Amino acid sequence: MNAIVSIQDLTKIYEGGFQALKGVSLDIEEGEILALLGPNGAGKTTLISTICGMVTPSSGSISVGGFDIARNYREARRLIGLVPQEITLEPFEKVINTVRFSRGLFGKPADPAHIEKILRQLSLWDKKDARIRQLSGGMKRRVLIAKALSHEPRVLFLDEPTAGVDVELRKDMWQVVRALQEDGVTIILTTHYIEEAEAIANRVGVIDGGRILLVKDKQALMQQMGQKELLIELHDPITAIPVGLEDYALRLEDNHLIYTYDTAAERTGITKLLSALAEAGLVLKDVSTQQSSLEDIFVGLVGENG
Amino acid sequence: MNLRAIKAIYIFEMARFFRTLTQSFISPVLSTSLYFVVFGTAIGSRIEQVEGVSYGAFIVPGLIMLSVMTQATSAASFGIYFPKFIGTIYELLSAPVSYLEIVIGYVGAAATKALFIGTIILLTAFLFVDLRIEHPLVMILFLILTCLCFSLLGFIIGIWAGNFEQLQLIPLLVITPLVFLGGSFYAISMLPPVWQAVTMFNPVVYLISGFRWSFFGVSEVPITLSLGAIAIFTVLCLAVIGWIFKTGYKIKN
Repeated sequence: MNAIVSIQDLTKIYEGGFQALKGVSLDIEEGEILALLGPNGAGKTTLISTICGMVTPSSGSISVGGFDIARNYREARRLIGLVPQEITLEPFEKVINTVRFSRGLFGKPADPAHIEKILRQLSLWDKKDARIRQLSGGMKRRVLIAKALSHEPRVLFLDEPTAGVDVELRKDMWQVVRALQEDGVTIILTTHYIEEAEAIANRVGVIDGGRILLVKDKQALMQQMGQKELLIELHDPITAIPVGLEDYALRLEDNHLIYTYDTAAERTGITKLLSALAEAGLVLKDVSTQQSSLEDIFVGLVGENG
Repeated sequence: MNLRAIKAIYIFEMARFFRTLTQSFISPVLSTSLYFVVFGTAIGSRIEQVEGVSYGAFIVPGLIMLSVMTQATSAASFGIYFPKFIGTIYELLSAPVSYLEIVIGYVGAAATKALFIGTIILLTAFLFVDLRIEHPLVMILFLILTCLCFSLLGFIIGIWAGNFEQLQLIPLLVITPLVFLGGSFYAISMLPPVWQAVTMFNPVVYLISGFRWSFFGVSEVPITLSLGAIAIFTVLCLAVIGWIFKTGYKIKN
């Protein structure tokens, strides 16, 4: 895979002395959906804003499609579409005019057919002559996406595309994102909804405190770091973990013994645990397992970092 | 040069102008007509000729300058302040456009609006007074330069302003007084000597005088000085804008 966006040792110190990025290096592969996951203030928006040209980096370099974003800013920026986090639109302008404006701004000749295609894809065609202030919040977000796609970018940045968006619209948005990926667009989205990353990303990057803590294939990440919990419900209530079971790092909650194990490990220790339970004379009522989600992994990582 | 971007900005800005036609077009025409009625007809009928020109005609260049300067400044300052205020400036900053192209788009649109208003006022003036223009080409040149120059100034104000109050501050507290005291409605020679000397520090005096010269062939300061003044003023504005974009002042982190 080729890196379409390549970031090297990027740092950003704001005027007040706040260091938002502390040496970020990241390669974004062509055609992938990369989710950047991180809590508020992690540096997600600063990172995107720097790639897109709204924030000047303090040091480090970024290239998009092989073009340096500072030296060859025109070539680099032509490849990029940006959907900002906040809904920022000229309220009195018509939908279609603001989309046309974006295309012109990026130096592309007028192409009514392309604009129509985008507006239809985003279910905005009926609203093309509406003034932006008349639209609902969800529609406005679609307009932002339409603007970002107006100049046929190869890389699309979505900064928290589904923040404050209802469930229905979020699902719609994911569909749009997947359709774009099928068209060959590389997509980078930031989110603090783990389910979002889990639902649509190919790779997940975790960012916190201005550092990329990890970037991994989503499946591998969940497999590698995914832990399972074995829940053992006891027939007779106990108040303390019985003697002889200290080695298993068990937790006792609501008459359940909980055993955490690594699914990728060679030996999960389940068999030994179960026979140890029998030896301790415990009678089991029910046994179940649950997979830890990306959220648990995330909380684990951010917690360690903090 | 990303000509399409310049065109896109220009068209977008002109659309705003035509959306608010009442505010941006009818109101200056109305207020100018009122000036003509009050100053030109009511008061002017009791004033003798000023420098060989009837008072009604004498105030025409000053009135045009007054409108053009304030309209150019407010159009350009609002044009760039509004995207900053509502956040749509992100698009300009992330687009493959140079700062020069942004300035040409916004300042060009603002200057066009001001030029349009100036022309309308001139045409309106013909309805009220008997007017002659001795140096039409110089008049047009001066009008265009003034539109450009004050649009550049407005652009700077729009970048600098942090809120709507600041946006109005310089036009209200600096430009309007300077224009009124710059001889829009009177000849500098009407003032006591001390004030004549003080007035010479007002840059607007040179602009109004030069513009008036293009109409009547008489001026209070040499025309070359007037042209020099507007050239210096324009260069100063360009230098400040150059500095703004070089440092990203108030627009970029």
